[in-house]
Amino acid sequence: MHDVRSTVPKGEAFEAEAGLPRTHYLNATHGTAAWLLTKDHKRIGLLYLFAISFFFFLGGLFAMFVRLELLTPEGDLLTSEMYNTSFSMHGIIMVFFFLVPSVPAVFGNFFLPIMIGAKDVAFPKINLLSWYIAMIAGFMMLTTLLMGGVDTGWTFYPPYSTTGSSSNVVLAALSIFVMGFSSILTGLNFIVTVHTMRAPGMTWGRLPLFVWAQYATSLIMVLGTPVLAITLGLVFAERVFHFGIFDPKLGGDPILFQHLFWFYSHPAVYIMVLPGMGVISELVAAFSRKQVFGYSFVAASSLAIALVGFLVWGHHLFTSGQSAYAALVFSFLSFIVAIPSAIKVFNWTATLYRGSISLASPMLYALGFIGLFTIGGLTGLFLAALGLDLHMQDTYFVIAHFHYIMVGGTLLAYLGALHYWWPKITGRLYTEAWAKVAAITVFVGFNLTFFPQFIVGYLGMPRRYHTYVPEFQVLNVLSTAGASILAVGFILPACYLVYSLFRGGVASRNPWGAYGLEWETTSPPPTSNFLVTPIVTRPAYAYTHADVVSPYAGSTQGERDTGTEETQRV
Amino acid sequence: MSDAVHVEHAGAVGHAHHPALQHHFDDLEQQQRAAMLGMWVFLLTEVLFFGGLFMAYILYRSWYPEAFHEASRHLSVGWGFFNTLVLIASSLTMALAVRAGQTTNRRGQLLFLTLTIVLGAAFLGVKVIEYGDKFAHHLVPGPDFQFTPAELAPAAEIYFSLYFAMTGLHALHMIVGAGIMLVMLYMAWRGRFSTEWYTPLEVSGLYWHFVDIVWIFLFPLLYLIGGLSVFGGGTGH
Amino acid sequence: MTFPFMPEQGSTMAARVDNLFFFFLAVSAFFAVLIAVLVVVFAVKYRRRDETSVGAPIHGGLALELTWTLIPFAIAMVMFVWGASVYFDLARPPQNAVEIYVTGKRWMWKVQHLTGQKEINALHVPVGQPVKLIIQSEDVIHSFFIPAFRTKMDAVPGRITTLWFEATKPGRYHLFCAEYCGTNHSGMTGYIEAMEPNAFQTWLGGSPEQEGSLADAGEQLFNQLGCVTCHSGDSQARGPDLRGQFGTTVTLADGQQVLFDEEYARESILNPQAKMVEGYLPLMPTFQGLVNEDGLAQLIEYVKSLSQGGETPTPAAAPGGTPKPKTTPGAAER
Repeated sequence: MHDVRSTVPKGEAFEAEAGLPRTHYLNATHGTAAWLLTKDHKRIGLLYLFAISFFFFLGGLFAMFVRLELLTPEGDLLTSEMYNTSFSMHGIIMVFFFLVPSVPAVFGNFFLPIMIGAKDVAFPKINLLSWYIAMIAGFMMLTTLLMGGVDTGWTFYPPYSTTGSSSNVVLAALSIFVMGFSSILTGLNFIVTVHTMRAPGMTWGRLPLFVWAQYATSLIMVLGTPVLAITLGLVFAERVFHFGIFDPKLGGDPILFQHLFWFYSHPAVYIMVLPGMGVISELVAAFSRKQVFGYSFVAASSLAIALVGFLVWGHHLFTSGQSAYAALVFSFLSFIVAIPSAIKVFNWTATLYRGSISLASPMLYALGFIGLFTIGGLTGLFLAALGLDLHMQDTYFVIAHFHYIMVGGTLLAYLGALHYWWPKITGRLYTEAWAKVAAITVFVGFNLTFFPQFIVGYLGMPRRYHTYVPEFQVLNVLSTAGASILAVGFILPACYLVYSLFRGGVASRNPWGAYGLEWETTSPPPTSNFLVTPIVTRPAYAYTHADVVSPYAGSTQGERDTGTEETQRV
Repeated sequence: MSDAVHVEHAGAVGHAHHPALQHHFDDLEQQQRAAMLGMWVFLLTEVLFFGGLFMAYILYRSWYPEAFHEASRHLSVGWGFFNTLVLIASSLTMALAVRAGQTTNRRGQLLFLTLTIVLGAAFLGVKVIEYGDKFAHHLVPGPDFQFTPAELAPAAEIYFSLYFAMTGLHALHMIVGAGIMLVMLYMAWRGRFSTEWYTPLEVSGLYWHFVDIVWIFLFPLLYLIGGLSVFGGGTGH
Repeated sequence: MTFPFMPEQGSTMAARVDNLFFFFLAVSAFFAVLIAVLVVVFAVKYRRRDETSVGAPIHGGLALELTWTLIPFAIAMVMFVWGASVYFDLARPPQNAVEIYVTGKRWMWKVQHLTGQKEINALHVPVGQPVKLIIQSEDVIHSFFIPAFRTKMDAVPGRITTLWFEATKPGRYHLFCAEYCGTNHSGMTGYIEAMEPNAFQTWLGGSPEQEGSLADAGEQLFNQLGCVTCHSGDSQARGPDLRGQFGTTVTLADGQQVLFDEEYARESILNPQAKMVEGYLPLMPTFQGLVNEDGLAQLIEYVKSLSQGGETPTPAAAPGGTPKPKTTPGAAER
């Protein structure tokens, strides 16, 4: 059933493949400088991959501190300060240093130009610059951490952040301020690339849905991020220069911060999940070998989410004492923004109908995404409903809801993308059996971690609680048990993917039998992506029998022997 | 190979490339379109960057109209007006510099870019004088802040917080702009711009005009709200 | 070990919120199961049997798109309207509610009853009677959360927020701070003690350190701070007469009309120039820093008391009205 997955081309076949070069982007130039000064979008994508993988595991470490502390109702493992710092660092690192850059900066950078048939993004130098900016921000955040971290939560609400906290708010805010420019520049690059760099015949109507999703995401990055930057800039100015913009004691208004913050940070939720949705469209199409049902609706829904997403920020302020009529409008718009997400889920499901479905590991992540994102989206409706939100706001129900979106959604999509494109990126095949085990482990661990949090949230356990009342303990223990399983599920891929670099089979041009420009070039692609500029003549995902029958997909073989591997290393 | 993609040799090898053409673009026209769109998108970002401060300004001005009027009177309308004229003039010289690029007029480029830089520097010089004046009169937010009447002091401090945040951010953009203009001057001196390719000049011109326009909004909002009440004669106290 | 799946229902609104919750749960379960079943059925039924097979060339269908756009939209609107209707009942306190002042401070809840009783991290309320909490914060943002009553409201420094509930059965319920407020956030908890009305009256009367009502304390403060010099009630007084004003609409210098409520009273004390009453000069100094949130509660309650207890709420001109508060010498300078 999964023969294609473990296919290893014969050396001769690989050599013979349409006269492919023995050089590709990975071995075109060597040395540290060649990597650190690269303007190749693919290498920059990999630089991001290394950086955010590090931040992912760092953020995960803090999550483990939080979960371990919550095993018991008393605060017996960590002090309150350590606990508060842990959940704050977990949130800040995961949101700003993993989720926001994740899919766009790694897979968007790597594949967006290839998928539209371009040689690179429009501004390669700016692309590299944005990675350096991200690294500067990252080092600032690590410095913050070494100085004792920050304890304001990732939301930096004043007046606690401006006058209450004695932690390193200034450096942390500055770090996120800097990080914002990295994401603005990435978004700017993608918008211009999609507008000006498409290959002949790659019309807007033929763009892969992943590209549509990246485009919509980039719009949000460009429009929303500067508002966050200026908001955190003001927090910085409050602490350093004693501005009084958010300080009620000086006549300022802390609620203004919440408005400005969520004006970015709610759209930022879509920055985090839209690229994931784009990935799922690719995966569902590739592993059903079928055009995505309702292409134009799925594409348009990305734009609709991006635009309406800017109008719903007030639903984070239902309990802040804003006027009832403002609350009414924001609640209404929040229900509206759910519709395009629902459209996507229905279309993905319909795509499966009469497909040729393979349950290869990337598809397991995609199907997991569909289920978990559905739950995450539906529970979002609970919180959009005014009558329920007064009870649920700031409880674990909210935590569970957004982890279903951020982990069940974005992270699963990220892992799906990593597995789907790994052969293209590295030219190597990983062990499919282990990949399936990991996918199932993540799915099980995730649900065990976060489903109990819905219940404990409705029971009334507030978020960011170091200690809690004893009747919440059973559910918290379940959650911590799930987190341990989840951790295993994340460590597994790190092991077998790295292993594949050394011992994995050599990937063919198109190991999945998928349709798309990225599968038309070699694995790994040459520095210029294509030896000759492709000309596109058909819509996206227009699968025909001929796309699947390829001389390089056929023979079955498990682990390949090392001898031939050496000869095939190119 | 599938029939999905017909591979052809695009990008004919016959003609020589313009030295400014980057390898990943097909031709100069595509490169220019990308650069212009990039700058427009960047300016969109800038609009929202300032937008957050304008939102804060609108909110607090509607909360504390009197304090804002009073505080505004501590700004020098004369210097503000002078700076407005300076920036409008610099926009003109900038446009003329772009025009000189378009017509391959190297001397014109050098002249107008120099003028633009001089005017930008004049603006910043005036800003330094104004800021110095605020320090001298304890109008900088912080422990030293003093304002009469005292009951308006907290709101006036917010006004001056916003004043420094907005004009400071604007001045930062002016400094960056002046730096860009120096690079342009160097490139013009090397004779890089011609009718065929003057994209950097055009793109940095867009940026310069944007920074000028921001000032066109800042000037009335910060300087003139108090002045109007002076001319209008009393606020009905 | 057993544990609850649903929080206790302790207020009149709890059951209504739960019903709404169950409706949402049913809708969610339906769609989640629908999607899950379809995904599993399709994945099995249309599994790839031949490595070279491709899916059927189906591109989409307008009828289906409209179906799964419009039906979710209709359901979402039902959810929205139902949610909003519950919200309006949760957000609007009934007229006859008992008022209690609550102040959040790191890391405790301070409660002042109108009769003068003070509590910390505890709130005694009568059963069967609406209770309105007038919430302030002394430092950072907190949130007053009672899961059993299915409601919460943030305590925001610089403004007044309100929350109301009507307890239905006697008992002790959790009180949590739900908005992160720093180190000991999870320790900022307490309980709500709902009591039978008789027991509650006894509790109110039985406090040993009875210092007089909240309004009395407010009157003392009013004199001490010298408010009374200007707000003397004389027709030539420099400040408006406050008797009978609370709850009415006042006209401002710029012609605007505002409701004289708790928030207006608070703002007028701390930021007097913000909303000047028509016909008065901006002479009043700010009391920011001179009076804390507890004092504000007392002052507001005193101003309120001037509009209750049979006094006819005739605005401004109350000639011959005995200037109730007497000037204390110490406060005269202000």
